Amino acid sequence: MQTMLTFDVLLFASYADAAGSSSIRVTVPPGAAVQDVLDAVRVAAPALSLPTRPLVAVNHRYAKADVAVAAGDELALIPPVAGG
Amino acid sequence: MRTALVGKPIDVAAIAAEVVSPEDGALSLFIGTVRNSNQGRAVDAIEYNVYAPMAEREMTALAHEAAAQFGTSHIVIEHRTGYVALGEASVAIAVAHPHRANAMDASRWIIEALKTRVPIWKLEHYTDGTREWVEHGQVPHA
Repeated sequence: MQTMLTFDVLLFASYADAAGSSSIRVTVPPGAAVQDVLDAVRVAAPALSLPTRPLVAVNHRYAKADVAVAAGDELALIPPVAGG
Repeated sequence: MRTALVGKPIDVAAIAAEVVSPEDGALSLFIGTVRNSNQGRAVDAIEYNVYAPMAEREMTALAHEAAAQFGTSHIVIEHRTGYVALGEASVAIAVAHPHRANAMDASRWIIEALKTRVPIWKLEHYTDGTREWVEHGQVPHA
């Protein structure tokens, strides 16, 4: 039997403030994609009212919802950016 | 070509000197500064929150893309992190090229792309003591 995947999903700026934490721990089944992680985050942190399609980064790159995630990946939710 | 996140005041003159070389006929320098108001509210300072490893990766990617598109590798981008006071430079972009049009176009392209792609957020500190994350709806595309 394959083991579940656990991630500490990184949060920044308004997302971190809303969740009251700089990361949120979620567990998803093997073979999960970014969308599954997002669904798990919504359940784990209901106070974090995410937009319909929040931006996600996997290993420091923007990733679409259907991208598969693997053990050891660094996942982050990216609020609308405001550099400059 | 060099990009960096920096925790202390940006030395604009040093960046300009670093980027220009004898074959260049133009140096374009863009400096973004902290403004004293935003959407009618008086601002005291800005605090930048940065996802550092990804921001560094995206800034490097921007520099490489600009180099290919505008034909020069003489590019330096620096962005501040943490607390930045009124009037201080929050970002500086220097591009040198044999001709002015490419230098200016590259510098404009870089700042616009930086604002939509690089994971940096600003927390505005207002004069009335409140603070708020700026979210103008600059949404990068995956």
